[in-house]
Amino acid sequence: MAQAQPIRTSPPSDPGEAYLLPGETYASITSKIGDVPLTAPLKTPRGWLLGFTVAFTLLMVFFASVGWLFIRGVGIWGINIPVGWGMDIINFVWWIGIGHAGTLISAILLLLNQGWRNSINRFAEAMTLFAVACAGLYPILHLGRPWLFYWLTPYPNTLGMWPQFRSALTWDVFAISTYASVSLVFWLVGLIPDFATLRDRATNIWVKRIYGVAAIGWRGSARHWHRYEMASLLLAGLSTPLVVSVHSIISLDFAISQVPGWQVTVFPPYFVAGAVFAGFAMVLLLMIPVRKWYGFENYITMRHLDVMAKVMLATGMIVVYGYFMEVWASLYGGSTYEEYLLFNRLNGPSSWAYWGLLFCNALAIQPLWFKRVRQNIPALIVISLLVSVGMWLERYVIIVISLEREFLPSSWAQYHPTFWDWSLYLGTFGLFFSLLFLFIRVMPMINIFEMRLFQYQESQRLQRKAHDTHQAHGHGGVAD
Amino acid sequence: MTSHTSTPDLETVREQLRSSHGKQFWRSLDELADSPTFRDLLEREFPRGAAEFNGDALSRRTFLKLMGASLALAGVTGCTYMPPEQIAPFNRQPQGRTPGIPNFYASALTLSGYATGIIVRSNDGRPTKIEGNPLHPASLGATDLFAQAEILTMYDPDRSQQLLNLSAPSSWGDFVTTLTNSLSAQQATGGAGLRILTTTVTSPTLAAQLAAFQSRFPAARWYQYEPVNRDHVHEGARLAFGAPIATHYDFSQAQVVVALDADFLAPSPGFVAYARIFADGRRVTKSSSEMNRLYVVEATPSTTGATADHRLPLKASNIAAFTQSLAARLGLGTSLELPEAASKFLTHLLEDLEAHRGRSLVIAGDQQPAAVHALVHAINAELGNVGRTVIYTEPVEARPAQQISELAGLVTEINAGTVEALIIIGGNPAYDAPGDLRVADALSRVPLLIHHSLYVNETSRLASWHIPAAHLLESWSDARAFDGTATIIQPLIEPIYGGKTSHELLAALLGQPDARPYDLVRAHWQEQVGANGNFEAFWQGALANGVVSESAAPRVTPTLDSAAIRALPTPTLVDGPEIVFRPDPSVYDGSYTNNGWLMELPRPLTKLVWDNAALMSPSTADRLFGLGLGFAGGGNPLADPDAQQRQVNLERITAANGTLITIEHRGGRMQLPIWLTPGHADDSITVTLGYGRTAAGQVGDNVGANSYPIRTSDAPWFARDVTLLNANQRYQLVSTQNHWTLEGRDIYRVGVFDRFKEDPKYIAKEVYKEEYGSDKPGPGGEGYQSVQPGVDYAGRNAWGMTINLNACIGCNACVAACQAENNIPIVGKDQVAVGREMHWLRIDRYYAGSNLDNPDTFLQPLACVQCEKAPCEVVCPVAATVHDYEGLNNMVYNRCVGTKYCSNNCPFKVRRFNFLQYTRLDVPSFELQRNPEVSVRNRGVMEKCSYCVQRISAARVAAKKAAVQAGASEYTIADGAIVTACEAACPTQAIVFGDINDPGSRVAKWKAEYHNYGLLGLLNVVPRTTYLARVRNFNAALAPEEHESHG
Repeated sequence: MAQAQPIRTSPPSDPGEAYLLPGETYASITSKIGDVPLTAPLKTPRGWLLGFTVAFTLLMVFFASVGWLFIRGVGIWGINIPVGWGMDIINFVWWIGIGHAGTLISAILLLLNQGWRNSINRFAEAMTLFAVACAGLYPILHLGRPWLFYWLTPYPNTLGMWPQFRSALTWDVFAISTYASVSLVFWLVGLIPDFATLRDRATNIWVKRIYGVAAIGWRGSARHWHRYEMASLLLAGLSTPLVVSVHSIISLDFAISQVPGWQVTVFPPYFVAGAVFAGFAMVLLLMIPVRKWYGFENYITMRHLDVMAKVMLATGMIVVYGYFMEVWASLYGGSTYEEYLLFNRLNGPSSWAYWGLLFCNALAIQPLWFKRVRQNIPALIVISLLVSVGMWLERYVIIVISLEREFLPSSWAQYHPTFWDWSLYLGTFGLFFSLLFLFIRVMPMINIFEMRLFQYQESQRLQRKAHDTHQAHGHGGVAD
Repeated sequence: MTSHTSTPDLETVREQLRSSHGKQFWRSLDELADSPTFRDLLEREFPRGAAEFNGDALSRRTFLKLMGASLALAGVTGCTYMPPEQIAPFNRQPQGRTPGIPNFYASALTLSGYATGIIVRSNDGRPTKIEGNPLHPASLGATDLFAQAEILTMYDPDRSQQLLNLSAPSSWGDFVTTLTNSLSAQQATGGAGLRILTTTVTSPTLAAQLAAFQSRFPAARWYQYEPVNRDHVHEGARLAFGAPIATHYDFSQAQVVVALDADFLAPSPGFVAYARIFADGRRVTKSSSEMNRLYVVEATPSTTGATADHRLPLKASNIAAFTQSLAARLGLGTSLELPEAASKFLTHLLEDLEAHRGRSLVIAGDQQPAAVHALVHAINAELGNVGRTVIYTEPVEARPAQQISELAGLVTEINAGTVEALIIIGGNPAYDAPGDLRVADALSRVPLLIHHSLYVNETSRLASWHIPAAHLLESWSDARAFDGTATIIQPLIEPIYGGKTSHELLAALLGQPDARPYDLVRAHWQEQVGANGNFEAFWQGALANGVVSESAAPRVTPTLDSAAIRALPTPTLVDGPEIVFRPDPSVYDGSYTNNGWLMELPRPLTKLVWDNAALMSPSTADRLFGLGLGFAGGGNPLADPDAQQRQVNLERITAANGTLITIEHRGGRMQLPIWLTPGHADDSITVTLGYGRTAAGQVGDNVGANSYPIRTSDAPWFARDVTLLNANQRYQLVSTQNHWTLEGRDIYRVGVFDRFKEDPKYIAKEVYKEEYGSDKPGPGGEGYQSVQPGVDYAGRNAWGMTINLNACIGCNACVAACQAENNIPIVGKDQVAVGREMHWLRIDRYYAGSNLDNPDTFLQPLACVQCEKAPCEVVCPVAATVHDYEGLNNMVYNRCVGTKYCSNNCPFKVRRFNFLQYTRLDVPSFELQRNPEVSVRNRGVMEKCSYCVQRISAARVAAKKAAVQAGASEYTIADGAIVTACEAACPTQAIVFGDINDPGSRVAKWKAEYHNYGLLGLLNVVPRTTYLARVRNFNAALAPEEHESHG
């Protein structure tokens, strides 16, 4: 019953109030979402093929950039002394930041019992994983001798050497690997019931078998469901601190140093807020086209976009508060070097980055106070794009501008990214989108069983509401 | 293994060696090694080749072939008969050699013909490092930067490796045949068609050979030419005394020194000794009551000017007028109307000079015309300085000459067709002669042109015969220092590229083509010592000490020809732009252009690398080239009251660097990019010599622009009536430091001697007052805790260093020495452009004060300061940078994975990263050059100053051994037993290294001075390297009103 195109029921008008538009049944949810991965290979939608081709080409750019990097060394980039970290670490932090929305949505919102998360969590989690994959490569690639990256991990060795545990980079190794593995497990566990659905719906025996293996024997028994729910909750509980810890620890890469502009105590919460901010911007940026192309407007409604925009606004304002605190600390701290940092951000040779950041992250999000903007798709795309750029600039400001001019004026110098800096960045997009396209092709991008549950909950809620309204009008009677 | 058909036999290899056209020794081996047959042959030396012996393949024939392979290898080294020539190790090392333990030999190197004594470290037969010879009067234990870099020149793979006849390989035998034929043809006319052109000769042996040549060919002529010559000095002496009396100075007596365009703190004859003794008069301590005072009047900002207490920027053309006015006030001739600033400067300078009669010193720059030199002789005589600070001796050069006139005369003779054979020994006149002489055109007309040179340079390309020269480190020779002291130069290695010394060439001219330089030099000295001396003892002593005792030129008391001085024409003040020629601080006159270390050595004040530029003041640049910087109409954008605006203006102004201009002078033309140099005299543009070479080698070819075409024989040092045009193009100049100011930060501390005398603590107090509002230091001092636990270094050696900013003259010798000692690679212009220079030690330059036209220039050497609480260590994830028990912050290259976090967290930015594979592993001769005690770093690892840990270890090993031999349970390392490379090279001994736990050590004593301070004390990193603040000895009448204690 696999179909070339998803079922397109003409979407009912979306007033932006509901998380699930009316007219959906268990069957329609299952078939609409489930049929996408079950589409026969030859009937793969053209749009997907086109997108994947572009992503795959960029993936080749990635391999070329990494190949040349390994051949020649990190000198192909624009880094220098004093700016020892450039786009490598900027992009690392940027990708990690993007990887934050997923876990936040799946873990924290699950614990908060926010049912609306059901329609976006799978996608956001996948995005998280792929972003973390991109991010995780950078710390290895940025090494002068990347083939020795495993020296950063504690393993028994004949050198008798442990990593140096006082270094934040060692903490990073633990933070990122823990985050990546927990996210992966959480995501995979969440997929099991859906794999079973796909197994059951697949017509091709091989497809059936593959999904069957992935479903690891899921039969949907009550015991299964009980254990599943427990595992989900536990994993959510485990993930929740990770959402906070990963970016906090990454912020410590800077905060434990003594570089003016890095050693800021506000960094951990400020980085976490920034990460969620960037993550939601990216989720919006990806969700908007996907829901359109696959006709998922019923599941990912205007209300969803509205709520995500609100989260973006809230975290954005926390970030703006962080900027304010940085300025205040520079002025109040009484340190020449910190004062100069502010001057340099405002007037220095790289001040474009700081002004750009203020525009993108502080000014551009202000229209989100208005519902009309939050539910306006073009506006959301533009704002999300600006936020993504802004968050990249934020890392540029923190990393590059601080290093360009620190203590001794004699060693001040500029940083200029090279072709290979950009090509690797572009290449990581190739990696990210290749994985993302493969994901939406072979896995249900929206959580089917949770959507069915949500449909049930929503209909219950509507019924209760109708019932209450009824009673309030003084007319007794039971609906069914 | 390969089949036997490819196995080479002995004959083939011999044939290959024979037919390799005399590319001798290294080159042949190298080329052979690259051929597959030879590789095959080599492999058979080793067990892998033992497979050959198995099975039926082994026959008697195969066995012999295999043996032949080893024989062929042995033949490469064994084919030269090496006669026993004894060279004597320096006396700190016992006779004989222990493998792995370096030996030290005394020798000398020359600059413009004048010798500096050196001690060369030889690791198993390879010279690897040059140090100064403490017994030599021109060294006193230190060297200049050129001596440090000579080692690289010696191993330069671009050096000439082949005798050439019309650019085709030839042999010494063929050359001698040609020469003999030519000489016998000349014999009839007494050598009327023969000319020899040398550079400045101070070598007694060479001088004797040249004299012998002239007695054999009475009609032949010997000329000397060198682009950086002392024509004006000689002529000035001739004007004043009627003879080319040599002058040198004794700074130990000089309380007031006046340098009239005299850059005596930059490499020139006697520089190292002058710098040392001059600095001794400035090394103040809390008990000092005296300090010398330096006045500098100059056009081009120099390190001497930066060191000065008072500096007056004045066009080079107007120095004569200034000198005349100075003389006039002392009653010699008529005075001139000087500009107000100069006049005020002169008045107070004069008061000071008069107050210090007999204890003052006036020095005229070599570039200034003869009349200025003559006047200065008269001034010094008038001030009673002669015999005290000014010392006159017999000439040091073999034949003091007017070199430019001699060269001009030679060109005239060539053009008249009277020169049939010209032998050029050293030098490169086709490139470095004044442009108006058209020397290259003339040289190409000489029927037989023989050029003896280290490189196949511009002149060699015109020559019919090119003879590769042996480097001085490969030669037996001799040379005299600035005071006439002779040194016998002994070779450290056989000529690696098979060069010939100048003595061999001269011997060939005298009919002894097979004479060995050892015999020639020895014979000359045997003659000098005569029959009455014990020659063997003399010879051994001279070799071991590196000086021929009592060989200094005898002092003379010349009579001043007052009439001649009064008869000198009175100079006038001139207007309009001038152009000043200067030897380049790094490549000199072009002879070091192919030396990568020097090419990449940031020029002391501009910090430029890999280029020359037109140096000028910002306002001059704005006025002459219409750059729109805001100086028009007497404005000064850097005097804006708003500090932020000033900063913005400054960045806008420095953006004008790199604007190309065209300079035309008397038919010569060159294009150069502008480099704005605060403190440069207005209306004056400085260009340096030595660039734009076309036959220098891989490093030096086509770097910068050639300024010789616009240099003329009548105005070799500064010229007027030049045409200047803005070429409206941009050129990328690369500098290692782009920022000018200190930003008001407490980095470079300066005080005034008058106040320092009263309270040596005052400099620190003022800083604390400004930074923390009290007399006490704030964070970083006592009372503030660091997250890092402190380590107690009591009872151990705790290495530390002080750098005396009052003694540092920014000469760069330390940087070059560090590069030589620590196997530091060069990276090239494009890599420096993106901030990746590798120097472990750099010299920071800051401009300070509100006067852009004459700012204070501060120079601060900075390497890793070895923080006790090092910020780099805590952030390294793999513990690749760690402390040792003596407090050194060590870099473990093998452990480094290259996160660069340590560099980011280093507040001093002294760590250097191998972003790419900078160390060249493909040049065999560079492999020989490297210090075997220091790891060679490859790409991807961080590196930095190690306090020359290899030298510390060597001293510790020696001390432990001595302790064990003496039966002592504990070892002690004497103060001074460890000398870091920078410290050893430092002409002024500004750098002192030692054990700070030893209260008797020099370093501990300096650290106890009140003007000792650590950089960025606020950060509480407890640096082991500290600085002694600069103390300036102002003449109260000239002291700037708002003198800042720092920044």
